[in-house]
Amino acid sequence: MPRIIRSGRNHVVVPWRGEVWIIALLGLLPAAVYFWYGAQDRLGPDPVNVFERWLGLWAVRFLVLTLLVTPLRVLAGYSLLRYRRMLGLLVFAYACLHVGTYVILDQQGNLGVLVQDITHRPFLLLGFVAFVLLSLLAATSTNWSMRRLGRQWGRLHRLVYGVALLVAVHFLMAFKTYNATSIGYAAILGMLVLWRVPDLWRKRMRRVP
Amino acid sequence: MARWSYPRPSPGEITPRSVWLGRRQMLAGAAVTAAEWGAGRASHAYGAGLHTRPGPFQATEKPTPLTDVTHYNNFYEFGLDKSDPATYSAAFQPRPWTLSVEGLVAHPRVWDLDQLIASMPMEERLYRMRCVEAWSMVIPWDGFALSELLRQAEPLGNARYVSFESVVRPDQMPGQRSGLDSLSWPYVEGLRLDEAMNPLTILAVGLYGEMLPNQNGAPVRLVVPWKYGFKGIKSITRIRLVADMPPTTWNRMSPDEYGFYANVNPEVDHPRWSQSSERVIGAGGFFGGGRKKTLMFNGYGEQVASMYAGMDLRTSY
Repeated sequence: MPRIIRSGRNHVVVPWRGEVWIIALLGLLPAAVYFWYGAQDRLGPDPVNVFERWLGLWAVRFLVLTLLVTPLRVLAGYSLLRYRRMLGLLVFAYACLHVGTYVILDQQGNLGVLVQDITHRPFLLLGFVAFVLLSLLAATSTNWSMRRLGRQWGRLHRLVYGVALLVAVHFLMAFKTYNATSIGYAAILGMLVLWRVPDLWRKRMRRVP
Repeated sequence: MARWSYPRPSPGEITPRSVWLGRRQMLAGAAVTAAEWGAGRASHAYGAGLHTRPGPFQATEKPTPLTDVTHYNNFYEFGLDKSDPATYSAAFQPRPWTLSVEGLVAHPRVWDLDQLIASMPMEERLYRMRCVEAWSMVIPWDGFALSELLRQAEPLGNARYVSFESVVRPDQMPGQRSGLDSLSWPYVEGLRLDEAMNPLTILAVGLYGEMLPNQNGAPVRLVVPWKYGFKGIKSITRIRLVADMPPTTWNRMSPDEYGFYANVNPEVDHPRWSQSSERVIGAGGFFGGGRKKTLMFNGYGEQVASMYAGMDLRTSY
């Protein structure tokens, strides 16, 4: 069981050795199960599309969890900071699988279509930009990067709010009509970003001499 | 033309095959799970056989398996998910049904659908079906040429378009009850008169030789194989000949994505995805290789291209 250490007003949840890795494996389970089904033709008449959307949905779910860590500490006094990096990496893992499925299984590597997607279709461009930004965040998620970048690291990783907004719009555009699922997740992502605005504004003010 | 005379009991009276099959299985003491039983009942009139003869324009591709044709449907009246129509259409009553032919015609008439079926030459047409969402099926429809019905009504000289209207029954169609995520009802569609009179255009009342299952648009739907699937309006109650281009549901919802013509065209992309190729439904799992190039007019150019001669299909999409 994880230990809970009191630190000032907060309860800091500290994972035991290996726990974070077990969470990572559990987090990948939805992808593994659906991949197994799909390989056996048990995902229905349009398996690639189902798998693609499933991976996108789970990327959004882990993004919501990642962005919930701070509000949970500020509003409820429980800090899950020690888990946040792995949650963020799960977002990236699902984004990779989502994009990989689109490129390889769905478009079967058709470069012409992929270039057109980015140059002509805002829906896919939004997703692509979010994916590039996520890659940048994942690449700089190591302890070494944090030490190396110092104060800049925090500023760089605020890009995740941009990712959240891009993903929210991309998700809304993925359907032909408005629907409860995408509106629900987009609203949650929007609120999680909005909640941070006053704090971000204050940080900005502080920098003004 | 050889007329096919319809057997005595009207289709609505015939016990659906799934029901008598289910009964027989129960009598035999076979293990019928509750789920299978429920699924059998979901397709109401489905199972009543149709006596049709093979018609022209048979596609050469292998037909999509029946379970895929009946469990992968866009029919927003029953919900947004592809599996919703099969799941939520059990309560829908496709009989009795009337189909009204009206507007700019010499002989308007309200048809009882079973009488109409009995009086029309029934044909099987194996058609490719290309959805605007870039997937495709090959479906053996049973039905009759729309031109037959229109000719009997005698369109007047000023009739230039045909508008179609679908049924509104919120009590039987859960998708019509939800507010936020819905289209505006009734679903409406339209064709130019020459498109409606084209020999390829049919009203389907069955598929795979049996009455249309509820989820596929029972009891009567439009099939226009060179256009994207959403033109194939389902559960039609009204056909109206008009002078001006009628509104169409998806065009109203998003005019830059769905045009009035909606001809299958690999050169004109949807704003959100490429139309140059399509996922083949029922190709079998991830590695079934289920993607193929989309053909201009879905491969029916020989029959329809002349109708659009001189038109810019980029602007008239």
